Amino acid sequence: MGKFSKKKDSGTPAISTASLPDIVFMLLFFFMVATVMRENGEKKVMVRLPSADQVKKIEKKGLVSFIYVGKPIPKYRAKFGDEPRIQLNDAFADVSEVGPFVLKEKAAKREEEKPLMITSIKADEDVGMGIITDIKEELRKVNALKVNYSTKKGSVLDNK
Amino acid sequence: MAKRKLQEINAGSMADIAFLLLIFFLVTTTMESNYGIRRKLPPPDTEQTEKPPVVKKKNVLEIVINGQDQMLIEEEPADVKDVKNIAIDFITNNGKDPKSSDSPQKAVISIKHSRETSYKKYISVYNELIAAYNEIRNRYARQKYGKPFDKLTEEEQKAVKEAYPQKIAESTPKR
Repeated sequence: MGKFSKKKDSGTPAISTASLPDIVFMLLFFFMVATVMRENGEKKVMVRLPSADQVKKIEKKGLVSFIYVGKPIPKYRAKFGDEPRIQLNDAFADVSEVGPFVLKEKAAKREEEKPLMITSIKADEDVGMGIITDIKEELRKVNALKVNYSTKKGSVLDNK
Repeated sequence: MAKRKLQEINAGSMADIAFLLLIFFLVTTTMESNYGIRRKLPPPDTEQTEKPPVVKKKNVLEIVINGQDQMLIEEEPADVKDVKNIAIDFITNNGKDPKSSDSPQKAVISIKHSRETSYKKYISVYNELIAAYNEIRNRYARQKYGKPFDKLTEEEQKAVKEAYPQKIAESTPKR
């Protein structure tokens, strides 16, 4: 009878954690796939996007050139001041550099992709329209007419 | 002592390693929102560009936003939440009100803003105008084809766009 008595002493069996790694791996793979390593380095300006609801998604990310507009992050305040600045790739830039930047991005693409290029303006909600207008003028000069104002999805009434 | 039981590799720490990686990716992930409002800029000004066509004053809905983010629509103070309805009424007037637009084809919305106007205000107003056009087009599409605008074929969409063209003019603020 010793054969059976062994089983008796354990109470509730411990929950098997053998599948825990599987679950964690699943999550891991999800985040690995979803992660976008920013290729254009660090952000040097602070951008809080405004909300809007009449938005479209950008499908072809490779065909988008981003222009960041906002106040410099605290680290750069001493050098660049408090006023909103433009960031192209990973450097501060002047308005006059926007045109050449877009043309350079365009030159790197294949011929059939060039008309599909979009310029996305990621501007902080509190910047003035002056700087945005200047950028738009620059874009018009180089015939980069497809513009996307980057926004969050939400009601415009949140833009307070 | 004839056969030693083969020792299993302890997989207990695998979860820890996976967790470590998981947390790393969790922290580095930025779910980039890639939503935005599309806008096509007018082509660059050249010397031979003809003068802008003369538009009757009643066919223009004038929206002015000043540097303090205060808005006037046709010289009346207005709020962002009213913009959509005002725009819809204006576009679909079809000559009913003699002071408003003659037809959707002729209706032009003009936005004037100063250099100090905040970006969020501009985006809000612009978004509302697009919402107005989208609603009108949807309404028309349902009436004519029984389907919302997104579900129409390309030609049908083109027809709807021709019936209700999106004419939003922006004037560049002076320096």
